[in-house]
Amino acid sequence: MKKTLLSLLLWAFGLSALAAPDPALLRQLAADDNSDKIAAIQQLATDAEPGTAKILQAMADDSLYALDDKLFVFDGENTFDAFSGEAAELPEGADTITVNNRLRGELANALAALRLFDEDRSQRLSAARELQSNVGAELAPVLAKAKASESDPQILELLTTAHAKATLQDADPAVRLAAVAALAEVKTPAVRSLLLPLTDPANEADKSVREAASQALKAIERSLAWGDTLAAVFSGLSLGSILLLAALGLAITYGVMGIINMAHGELLMIGAYTAYVTQSLFRTHFPELIDWYLPAAIPVAFFTAAAVGVLMERTVIRWLYGRTLETLLATWGLSLILIQAARVIFGAQNVEVANPSWMSGGVELLPNLILPWNRVIIIGFALFVLFLVWVLMNKTRLGMFVRAVTQNRPMAGCVGVPTARIDTMAFALGAGIAGLGGVALSQISNVGPDMGQGYIVDSFMVVVVGGVGQLAGAVWAALGLGIFSKLLEGWAGAVIAKIMILVAIIIFIQKRPQGIFALKGRFADQ
Amino acid sequence: MSAITSALPLPATGRVPLTLRVFAALDRKAWIALGVFLALALVVVPVLHLAVPQDSVFHVSTYAITLIGKIMCYALVAVAMDLIWGYGGILSLGHGLFFALGGYAFGMYLMRQIGRDGSYGADLPDFMVFLDWKELPWFWLGTDSFGWAAFLVLAVPAVVAFVFGYFAFRSRIKGVYFSIITQALTYAAMLLFFRNETGFGGNNGFTDFKRILGYSITAPETRLVLFGLTAIALAATLVFAAWLVKSKFGRVLTAIRDAESRVMFIGYNPLWYKLTIWVISAVLCGIAGALYVPQVGIINPSEMSAANSIEIAIWVAVGGRGTLIGPVIGAFTVNLAKSWFTVSFPEYWLFFLGLLFIVVTLMLPQGLVGLWKKIISKKQGAQA
Repeated sequence: MKKTLLSLLLWAFGLSALAAPDPALLRQLAADDNSDKIAAIQQLATDAEPGTAKILQAMADDSLYALDDKLFVFDGENTFDAFSGEAAELPEGADTITVNNRLRGELANALAALRLFDEDRSQRLSAARELQSNVGAELAPVLAKAKASESDPQILELLTTAHAKATLQDADPAVRLAAVAALAEVKTPAVRSLLLPLTDPANEADKSVREAASQALKAIERSLAWGDTLAAVFSGLSLGSILLLAALGLAITYGVMGIINMAHGELLMIGAYTAYVTQSLFRTHFPELIDWYLPAAIPVAFFTAAAVGVLMERTVIRWLYGRTLETLLATWGLSLILIQAARVIFGAQNVEVANPSWMSGGVELLPNLILPWNRVIIIGFALFVLFLVWVLMNKTRLGMFVRAVTQNRPMAGCVGVPTARIDTMAFALGAGIAGLGGVALSQISNVGPDMGQGYIVDSFMVVVVGGVGQLAGAVWAALGLGIFSKLLEGWAGAVIAKIMILVAIIIFIQKRPQGIFALKGRFADQ
Repeated sequence: MSAITSALPLPATGRVPLTLRVFAALDRKAWIALGVFLALALVVVPVLHLAVPQDSVFHVSTYAITLIGKIMCYALVAVAMDLIWGYGGILSLGHGLFFALGGYAFGMYLMRQIGRDGSYGADLPDFMVFLDWKELPWFWLGTDSFGWAAFLVLAVPAVVAFVFGYFAFRSRIKGVYFSIITQALTYAAMLLFFRNETGFGGNNGFTDFKRILGYSITAPETRLVLFGLTAIALAATLVFAAWLVKSKFGRVLTAIRDAESRVMFIGYNPLWYKLTIWVISAVLCGIAGALYVPQVGIINPSEMSAANSIEIAIWVAVGGRGTLIGPVIGAFTVNLAKSWFTVSFPEYWLFFLGLLFIVVTLMLPQGLVGLWKKIISKKQGAQA
């Protein structure tokens, strides 16, 4: 019994497979009037007869030709008759059917609607995704039909949303109510703007629909507010990690060694340009490994920036220990020279540093909360660098020497610490970390000769707020400043937020000149 | 006191009249130099500009007058910076802010003087018409009066400096910390002025001035008057500064620079000394800005960039900190070099400036004046 039913079904399926698009509708595709053409397209999509997709695709590709009552598809090589599907000669005088932008949109929707019945799941999924935006009431029947035959839960959910969007303007209030109820489950900004007009009596006559819409809106607002806050916190974390990368090196050179390095931003720039050079070398020499230029750039940038740091320390900074204001001026001079050198070598224009393919895209947590991979990776990278610095400073002999020199230079010298060499090494370490920060920056901002200047004020703020001589202070200050700025930005706009942060820091410094974390000591000065 | 060779012998006891004390601030040579400078600026340059035909070698071009006028404004800023840095030991990276505030205050008056001659022919300045504003913001009220604008030039930098300085010095913020937060302040102000909504023309600032006190701003006579006024302001500032640093106030200030804690232990409160010199320095910068704007014809927020403020410090360092003639020499040397480089070797200007920063801090801590003194003393040593 079951078997016969199955075969009956198969027979019915086979019969429908033999059916072809209604010839009258096909002829209407060549009508003079655009609205006739659109009506035909919509009807063809609703009927969803096999073979329709081919013809509509041909129309979208401008390869559907009409002569009198006949339609031909000509794909550049072969021609066949649109009605019978048999090969034919393209007759003299046949003209392509003109398709304007409006028709093109209709065709795209109709083709997507037809793909909803494809056997391949991924085809159906992509079609359902495509139909999430710009769905009109005319697609409602075909969506309803697809919904009835769909079994995959993910696609079904998408189809329900699309169907609800399409029936939102239906004449029957009950249908509209059902549509609103379905949409209330989908908490995206797009749905919010769809539902918003429905709360207005001018657009929506039925009271129960209006109430349902405003209920749904409230729920959506709540969910979106969560997403917005989380998004602000995430971009704050991201900004904080960037500030941390920019400021960690400074926390060593200024915080630990007491050197004001105004050329610190330029060390970031050197790191970023190193990433650029590595990328160019990979492009010319190992094009097949181009996605992996970034890991290669990391050690190169560290050592390049560290080498520049050693050079700076040996030639200039060494002579200025203890004269901080002079160091400030001399390192500013160094920064000018480095900027101009970058201009001479690489040109004044920004250079292009591409994200490797594994860093593009992102992960969508909420409809309005997408975490881009490059930001996520940079946060991870910042943590890695932080860990590295912590290990270096606390677990190695070099770190111990650096801390000893920081705390008491003459005494460290007395017990045999080579203070001059430690100064050089510590400065090189700070410079190298700036180089690492530069590699990270090259992935999210412009790489140009002036890029370092934008970070110098921010990095000093991080160090000053965190407290001199403290790595932990720099970490908290960077994250705090990052999250605060992003939250303020959402509320007051980028520029005002920046100004508010700077003013807040200035006031903060008045109250706690030693920063959040201060080394305890008894000094009359400093 | 005995080391100072004054033009007049001062009575050993009793209170000396202020005029005499001011007169005693400079020695005979300095007064003569100042007189020569003023004669050049007020008589010789105008005659050479107006009376000598253009093709003569002695003709002073408009370009030269604008350039020298501009550099004299810079020299005024440098003297102001020297008062706070050279004598007070406080390195400010925010003097560009006070300079720009003075410039903007006077620029408001110049914008109002354009009247209906702007490109839109409206009562409001062009940029406000462009933003579709209907009336002047409250802080523009009264700026059509020269007197009020002149008052703002002095008052705005003074108030900003007082408020900021009071809190900073009260918390005993000093050294690099002070430098960095002045830089942050200036940076914040620059961001603020870049906004169109702030009401100061955004990116473009103020430009296209037409007249000042009813006189055309591009007329040679107006230029010469502005040039002369700048020279007088510079000369007066030098005399004032010379008197100030030799007064008791100036000597306490220098003591604070050298050993602040000791001065406190003796019983002075450094707050008011630092605050006074800080406000005076800011007001001098404001005056320089106000003189700069009509001569150069533009003021925009880039005057507040960090680079500009640090450059002021290098003028002082090149000339010689803690001397009064040093900053003037430094401002002229660096800026003449800049105009020459940017015309002849624009690529190398930043290299030169960068090297200048390094060389001066490493090898010439006393600047050109110090170098000169060294050479003189060596010569005298050789003769003796």
